[in-house]
Amino acid sequence: MKKYSSVLIFLCIAVLIPIFTSLAGKNFYLTQLTMAAYYALAALGLCLLLGYAGQISLGQAGFFAIGGYISAILSNAGLDPRLAFIVSIISAALIAFIIGIPVLKLKGHYLAMATLGFGVIIEKLVRGIPALGGADGISNVPDFPLIGSIHITGGRADRMPNYIIAFTLVALALFVLTNLLSSRSGRALRAIHESEDAASAAGVNTARTKLITFIIAAVSAAVAGSLLTHYNGSIGPGEAAPLKSIRYLSIVAVGGISNIAGTLAAGLILNFLSLRGVFGVYDDAVFGVILVAVMILAPEGFKLSIPSWITKKITGRKRST
Amino acid sequence: MTSDIVIQYIISGLIYGSIYAVIALGFNIVYNATGIINFAQGEFVMLGGMITHSLSKSISLPLALLAAVLITAVIGGFIELVFIRNIGRLAKRKFKKTPEMQMTIMTIGISILLREIALTIWGEQVQTVPFFTGNETSSLTLAGASFSPQLLWIIGTAFLIFLFLSFFYKFTLKGQAMRACACSKTGALICGIPAPLMVTLSFILAAGIGALAGAVTAPLTQTHYAIGTALSIKGFTVAVFGGLGSSGAAAAAGFLLGIIESFSIIIFPEAFKDIVSIILLLLILFLRPSGLFAASVKKGKKESTR
Repeated sequence: MKKYSSVLIFLCIAVLIPIFTSLAGKNFYLTQLTMAAYYALAALGLCLLLGYAGQISLGQAGFFAIGGYISAILSNAGLDPRLAFIVSIISAALIAFIIGIPVLKLKGHYLAMATLGFGVIIEKLVRGIPALGGADGISNVPDFPLIGSIHITGGRADRMPNYIIAFTLVALALFVLTNLLSSRSGRALRAIHESEDAASAAGVNTARTKLITFIIAAVSAAVAGSLLTHYNGSIGPGEAAPLKSIRYLSIVAVGGISNIAGTLAAGLILNFLSLRGVFGVYDDAVFGVILVAVMILAPEGFKLSIPSWITKKITGRKRST
Repeated sequence: MTSDIVIQYIISGLIYGSIYAVIALGFNIVYNATGIINFAQGEFVMLGGMITHSLSKSISLPLALLAAVLITAVIGGFIELVFIRNIGRLAKRKFKKTPEMQMTIMTIGISILLREIALTIWGEQVQTVPFFTGNETSSLTLAGASFSPQLLWIIGTAFLIFLFLSFFYKFTLKGQAMRACACSKTGALICGIPAPLMVTLSFILAAGIGALAGAVTAPLTQTHYAIGTALSIKGFTVAVFGGLGSSGAAAAAGFLLGIIESFSIIIFPEAFKDIVSIILLLLILFLRPSGLFAASVKKGKKESTR
């Protein structure tokens, strides 16, 4: 049960939040929390890729936009949003598969630059193709019928069900990732992060494992993009901007890089604050400061654990890291 | 297509090609000294244009230009001393290896900071710098195509930067010391070269030439707080195109990319100009990561991309 402690804690907090907001009479916070949850989902995917497989990606916003835009176009064209959702996710996975094969052969700053290039291409396409609405994006995206009368939509009456949908989805993602990381694939990922050559020698198919992780990251962003587009009823080219990708990167960095729970917490809190407008005109700058600060103070990410000098005192030996 | 249109395209290609070449040279300077890619390189170009824009209102243009280059160079040195050096020291002590990913993330963070600072100071409007000779309407003609005299300034400056760097690296003691550091940092340290100082110097140099290119091109291309990212990607394209670390090839590749981009307008809409060069970058990375002119590049410390 210890394995799932982060999932349980998350569920407890998720249940407590609406109780507090309704007690405080600030139920409108749930709207931003719902949006923050979707953004956090995209960050979770990047966390798996960066923190566990050790592959940097500056194209996460590109996949987010692919999910959102394909859903928006197809739903607006009259297709069932559920079908449009499936098509958009498959498209994102397919694109990730196609570009992942060559891109993941690159390392370090080459990989960073190549994925940044991919992100910029998606942004320029979204801005440049008139059918995608140019700088205005696409609006009037219909509601997403989930089951029965429950819809993913930004209406006031649907605030609570949508909060539950988004947080259930994130809890599910957390649960799946926790399981994945303690499985054989998770150990393979960690081995790749430590040393690709050693992992390969130990029998890990490094290229395939990295590719699958890249696709999982892309799909998580596309799911977030698609559902958030239905929730907001619109999507704009700003979602595809490289600055957004860098934002996901800072969330993963401040969350502890190799830390799923930390990324989730950072994603929810930072996006909530940003959506509430707390950072004002310095919205993007805040995320830049975070990146620089984390890299100076804790280049491997903050570790949310008991400091080693305490454990040393208790156990009499140094904690292995 | 008539010949004067072709010349017009080539001319516009040369303008952008010069910027790309100079940014690529900046990438190379830092890469040779540290082995990292400075994602903030494009921001130096933006700063050069912006600072010249502001200063040229109160002091004469040549002075404003000089001040912009010096200020940006100082900013470059400051970034290295405060951020890059510390992360290197801290992380090396912790992991006993160069933290490439951390360095990359760090320079990405710095590039956002510079861009947001520029947004706060200069706002969202497009800014411009006065022409060095004449004004917007003055033009020279060559084979039926007319172009602004600023073009001569741009190409001349790019050429001078290139000559200066060649001379600096070959004949001055500081330049030779920097090359020694690029070959082997430990070796250079043993010979008494202050390697950390050389790294700082490389950032100062890269920032300075970036700012100079930004200031010289700003009258024609104008400048905006957000131009840095695209410039960084293209400068990197050029640097990889020519084989990372090699200056001559980078300069040639810069002009080539500028001209390819300018002719791409014939086939693709103007809005997709950046896409052409980025696809080119991806293709180069996938097919020839050591650069198109790899054969002519001397075999030295070449980090593999795969």
